[in-house]
Amino acid sequence: MAVRSTRHRRWLRKTTLGIAGLVGFLTVWQLIPTLGIVDAQYLPHVTDVAVRLVNELRDLAFWRRLGDTMTAWAIGLAIASSAAVALGTVVGLVPFLRRATHTTVEFLRPIPSVALIPLAVLMFGIRMQAALVIIVFASFWQVFVQVIYGVADIDAVARDTARSFGLTRRAQLRHLVLPTALPYLMTGLRLAAAVALILAITAEMVIGNPGLGRMIELSRSAGDAVGLYALVVVTGLLGLTINIVFRFIERRTLSWHQSIRGEEVL
Amino acid sequence: MTTQATTVGRPSRARGVLHRITASFLFATGLPVILVAAWAAYSTYSANRFFPGPLTVLDAFVDTWVGPAFLEDVVPSLLRLAGGILVSIVVGVVAGTVIGLVHWLRDLTEPVLEFFRAIPPPVLIPIVMLLLGITDTMKLVVIVSGAIWPILLNTIEGVRSTDSVMIETARAFGITRAERLWFLVLPAASPRIMTGVRQALSVALILMVISEMFASSSGLGYRIAYFQRNYLIAQMWSGVLLLGLIGVFLATVFGIVERRVLRWYHGIKEVDRG
Repeated sequence: MAVRSTRHRRWLRKTTLGIAGLVGFLTVWQLIPTLGIVDAQYLPHVTDVAVRLVNELRDLAFWRRLGDTMTAWAIGLAIASSAAVALGTVVGLVPFLRRATHTTVEFLRPIPSVALIPLAVLMFGIRMQAALVIIVFASFWQVFVQVIYGVADIDAVARDTARSFGLTRRAQLRHLVLPTALPYLMTGLRLAAAVALILAITAEMVIGNPGLGRMIELSRSAGDAVGLYALVVVTGLLGLTINIVFRFIERRTLSWHQSIRGEEVL
Repeated sequence: MTTQATTVGRPSRARGVLHRITASFLFATGLPVILVAAWAAYSTYSANRFFPGPLTVLDAFVDTWVGPAFLEDVVPSLLRLAGGILVSIVVGVVAGTVIGLVHWLRDLTEPVLEFFRAIPPPVLIPIVMLLLGITDTMKLVVIVSGAIWPILLNTIEGVRSTDSVMIETARAFGITRAERLWFLVLPAASPRIMTGVRQALSVALILMVISEMFASSSGLGYRIAYFQRNYLIAQMWSGVLLLGLIGVFLATVFGIVERRVLRWYHGIKEVDRG
C-alpha cells in the first residue's frame, strides 16, 4: 500500500509539473507577440492559432486533406514493411545472402530519401505515387535492418534443440524465428511509422500532391501565418498520436517479452 | 563470425589468408558490380529516357560537380550541414545533461519536448523562413530545429539512467561534481547520445536538401530541383548520386567516431556475451 501511494504521488507530481510546463510554454508564446518582441505577423498569438485550429477541425476540406496524408502514410508503410519483412527474413536467415548484400545495403541505406524526390516527380508527376516512392524507400530500411538483426539473433541452443526435435521449417519459423525477431520488428515498425509520416508530409510540401503538407505550403505562400502555425500544431499532434499508438501496439504484442514484463514489475 | 570460429586454434597459412581476403572482396563487391551491370544493360536496351546509363551519369557527374560548381554549390551546403550538426550536438548534449540531472526540470519540460520531437521536422522550414527570412542563418536554424530533438531527448534519457549505485559511490568518495559529470555521467550516457546523433545526422541531411529546394538560389538541393524542372536527367541523377555519397560519407565518419567513443562499451558487451 505504501509503495502504491508513493508511486501515485510521484505520478501526480509528474503530471502536474508536465501540465505546468505546457501552460508555461503556451504563456511564453502568447507573451512574445503581445509584448512586441516578435511581430504578430510572424509569430501569431496562441489564442488566434487555437481558434483557427478549432475552425479547421470543423472544416470538411481539412479532414479530406488529413485523409489524403494518412492514406499515403498507411499505403507506404504497408508496402515498405511487408517487403522489408519478407526480404529481411530471407536475407537474415541465409548467411551467404547476408554477406553478399552487406555493402549494398550499407551504401543504399544512408541515401537521403528526399534525393529521390526529383526522380519520383519525373516518373509519376504530381500524384500520390510519387510520394509513395519516397515514403517506401525511407521506411523500408528501418524495418529491413531491424528484421535482419532480429532473425540473426536466434539463440543457438534453441535453434539446435528445434532441429534435433525435428521441427519442420514452417514450425521453426513460427516458434523460433518469429518470437526472436518480433521485438526487433516492432521497434522497426515504430521507427518506420514516424519516418513515413515525415516523408508523407515532406513529399506533399515539395511535390505538391494534395494533403496536409500542401496546405502548409499554400498557407506559407499566402502569408497566412495563423493557418501555418495551426497546421504545424496539427502535424505535431499527428506525430504524437502515431508514436503513442505504436508504443501501445508494441506493448500489447510483446506483453510476454522480458523487456515489457520487467518494466511492469518495477 | 563463422570464418573466425573455424580458424581459431589453427595456424593460418598464407594461402588460407589470401583465400579469405579474396572471398570477402568478392562478397563486398559482387552485388554492387552485378547491379551496376544490370543498370547498364537496362539503359542500353530500353528507351526509357528517365534512366540514363551509368556512364552517362558518370560523365554528367564530372561535368556538373567537378570544378567551380563544387565550390559554389556543394561546399556551402556541406558547411551549413556541418555547422547545423555541430550546434545541435553541443546544445543538445549540454541542455540534455542539465535537464537529465534536475528532476523537476525534466518533469516540467518532458511533454513540451515530446511534442516538439513529434513534429515532422520539414514543416518547421516555413516557420523558420517566416521568422528569419531567407538567409544562411535560417538554413542553419532549420537544420538545428530538426536535428536537436533526438540528441536532446536521448541525452536526457541517458543521463537519467546512470547507475545510481555508481553515483552514490562517487559521492561517498568525495568526487567533485564536475569530475562526476565528466567521468561518470557523460560516459554512462554516451551510448544513448550516440544513438541520438545517428538519428540527427539523417534528419540534418534531409533538412539541408529540403531547405535548399524551398528557399535558395544555390546549394545542392536547389541544383537538383533545378535539373529536374529543366529535364536535365543525367545531371539530376548525378546530383542524387552525390547526395548518396554524402550520406554514405556521413555514416562512415559516424561509424569511426562511434567506434572510438564507445570502444569501452562494445568491449563490455563483448565480455558479457562471451
